[in-house]
Amino acid sequence: MGNYLWVIVLLPLLGATVNGILGPVVKKNTVTAFALGTTGLSFILAVVAFFQLVGLPADERAITNTVYSWIEVGDMNVNVSFLLDPLSGLWLLVVTGVGFLIHVYSVGYMDHDHSYWRFFTYLNLFMFSMLMLVMGDNYLLMFIGWEGVGLCSYLLIGYDYHRDAAAVAGKKAFVMNRIGDFGFILGIFLIFVTFGSINYHDVFGSAHNVLTEGGVIVTAIALLLFVGAVGKSAQIPLYTWLPDAMEGPTPVSALIHAATMVTAGVYMVCRSAVLFNMAPTAMMVVAVIGCATAVFAATIGLFQKDIKRVLAYSTVSQLGYMFMAAGIGAYVAAAFHVMTHAFFKACLFLGSGSVIHGLSGEQNMDKMGDLKKHMPRTYWTFLISTLAISGIFPFAGFFSKDEILYSTYNSGSLVLWGIASVAAGVTAFYMFRAVFMTFHGESRVEPEAMKHLHESPNVMTMPLIILAGLATVGGFLGIPMIEGANVLHNFLGPLFEAGRHEAAHDTAHHSAALELGLMGLSLGIAIIGISLAYYFYIKNTALRDSLYGTFKGIHKVIFNKYYVDEIYDAIFTNPIVSVSREFLHKVIDVVIIDGLVNGVGSFFTTLSEMAKRMQPGMVRHYALTMLVVSIMMVSYFLWGAK
Amino acid sequence: MMEAVASLNHYLILSAVLFSIGVIGVVTRRNAIVIYMSIEVMLNAVNLTFIAFSNHLNDMGGQVFTFMVMAVAAAEAAVGLAIIIALFRNKNTVDVDEVNLLKG
Repeated sequence: MGNYLWVIVLLPLLGATVNGILGPVVKKNTVTAFALGTTGLSFILAVVAFFQLVGLPADERAITNTVYSWIEVGDMNVNVSFLLDPLSGLWLLVVTGVGFLIHVYSVGYMDHDHSYWRFFTYLNLFMFSMLMLVMGDNYLLMFIGWEGVGLCSYLLIGYDYHRDAAAVAGKKAFVMNRIGDFGFILGIFLIFVTFGSINYHDVFGSAHNVLTEGGVIVTAIALLLFVGAVGKSAQIPLYTWLPDAMEGPTPVSALIHAATMVTAGVYMVCRSAVLFNMAPTAMMVVAVIGCATAVFAATIGLFQKDIKRVLAYSTVSQLGYMFMAAGIGAYVAAAFHVMTHAFFKACLFLGSGSVIHGLSGEQNMDKMGDLKKHMPRTYWTFLISTLAISGIFPFAGFFSKDEILYSTYNSGSLVLWGIASVAAGVTAFYMFRAVFMTFHGESRVEPEAMKHLHESPNVMTMPLIILAGLATVGGFLGIPMIEGANVLHNFLGPLFEAGRHEAAHDTAHHSAALELGLMGLSLGIAIIGISLAYYFYIKNTALRDSLYGTFKGIHKVIFNKYYVDEIYDAIFTNPIVSVSREFLHKVIDVVIIDGLVNGVGSFFTTLSEMAKRMQPGMVRHYALTMLVVSIMMVSYFLWGAK
Repeated sequence: MMEAVASLNHYLILSAVLFSIGVIGVVTRRNAIVIYMSIEVMLNAVNLTFIAFSNHLNDMGGQVFTFMVMAVAAAEAAVGLAIIIALFRNKNTVDVDEVNLLKG
């Protein structure tokens, strides 16, 4: 049982290989068939495997499929082996399910593209890497997937490589991720040195014997792993690559930079819950960084004009929520939010893609407006997802966000709770601002784009509708309060129990009244945010404009993303560039390295120049030399030698 | 009246003069044939020395050696002239200064 898990992982790789090699010569339909066929089949198998898993008794829910022994060097023993347990099962369904829908959508979105096959090759390769990351049963396989998704992210952000902005954004994402990966791999090294193994089972099984609670080593491991998560999941201070990643085609933004890849960091933290639970300091860092990112990114999202950038900052902000949840030990809530976020954020991105597609590539919300009647399907799905992300009952985001806020409140971190609640209100405001600017009000669409304005084809709207449906009902998996009805908690919960003491029972005695009160409060905050957005962007735009005038300075700072990119450039990039150019290039490279290499050559050339004079090619010269030397020798033997 | 008999010293001086003429010829001339002839002069100067000592010491070894040298010189003449002819056919000259393909 479960010995077909490797097929799920490998199918997308097969699609990528076939399309990568045959793509340029076969017909477009064949490419589509391979790309969709492999991911679709992978999804079906994933569903089968998932239900097999659910069918098992709760304490036996871990299916391992060892394919072969990969590395055996000394003490190191790494298998290519896949693990299906509730945590990887959830991610498996999200990755293959949402991934498949986005593949379908891409068929419509990328229809006019000149290298259609290349896009699907990358997309399939991404699916493969992501599945490796999620399904591997040791840290090395996770790292392979981790690097693989980073590579695919780079390739897809820079998909339109002839545009400078796209190429630069791809590079930025890659470099930022490298910083995180560096921490991650150091963490893996430390795990191997400490445990002598990098297999999840061995590491988590012996963690309590090998490490001391709150000790230096476990804290170091947890923090190093978290550095990796910070890079991949775009948290402060490495978040700046994600908004720039919007240079990629919109389906890529939806799949990689919203629904799946960026949640890899959350997955890793949840997976390593045993280690994190033993390191309270590291947990604190995770929670604080998560919370800070949530509110920081949300405020940047307030005044962005590019619709995709608004969504990008909201992704960063939502990822912050997930880390905050993980940081206070509410791993289930984090995983829950990952799932609901995957639904509504993928839907939002695909919706924005539909708008951009309909407007012939326009992304500036100042040139949209009143699209509601032109694109009804896009509008309604976008609206549902926006309600979900804003946390309006009964949409999915309400349950997951509320669970995070509730857990935070319960953990006693009232400051974090307060900040996160404010961020939730800000989220509701800027998301509805986007809705109002895009779909309501008066049309500001350019006349040229107006001519081609159309609702997207079915192949694009169907995934939207499915995702909107999931964004509506997805939350019911985690209904709070009623014991037993919280399916997700019962399913995932046991995985995170190890290493928890008092926090483990927080679900057991939660007060319904308190939770209801908090729910009402967060709902109220969301509604305030929405009302403000309505007031400023529909009702009274004049007041808004005069406020812009009054707070010009603040607006400018926030609109320019607090100048973080510029600060990074000044502190890191520019010094590195100038040191590289002035010292590493002009001194080390040109003078020392080139000097050494050329020096060896010219030394022997000079020597040869001198030696060659001994052979002028004149016979008489040789004869004279012979004569002189002979005379010298004879003289020596006659008179010299005694 | 002093009998005009050539002593050993006379032979040796003549031999030295001949040898020097040969050396100067080899070093100063450019024509391969002339150089070649100069070498022959040097060889024969050495032969003269051998004969002179042979006579003086009453030892036949020197004369045997002279025959040896003459045989080698004959073989050398054959090979050397063949080289010069081959040289002339290829470069249309026997000037040794023109033959410097192997110069460094």
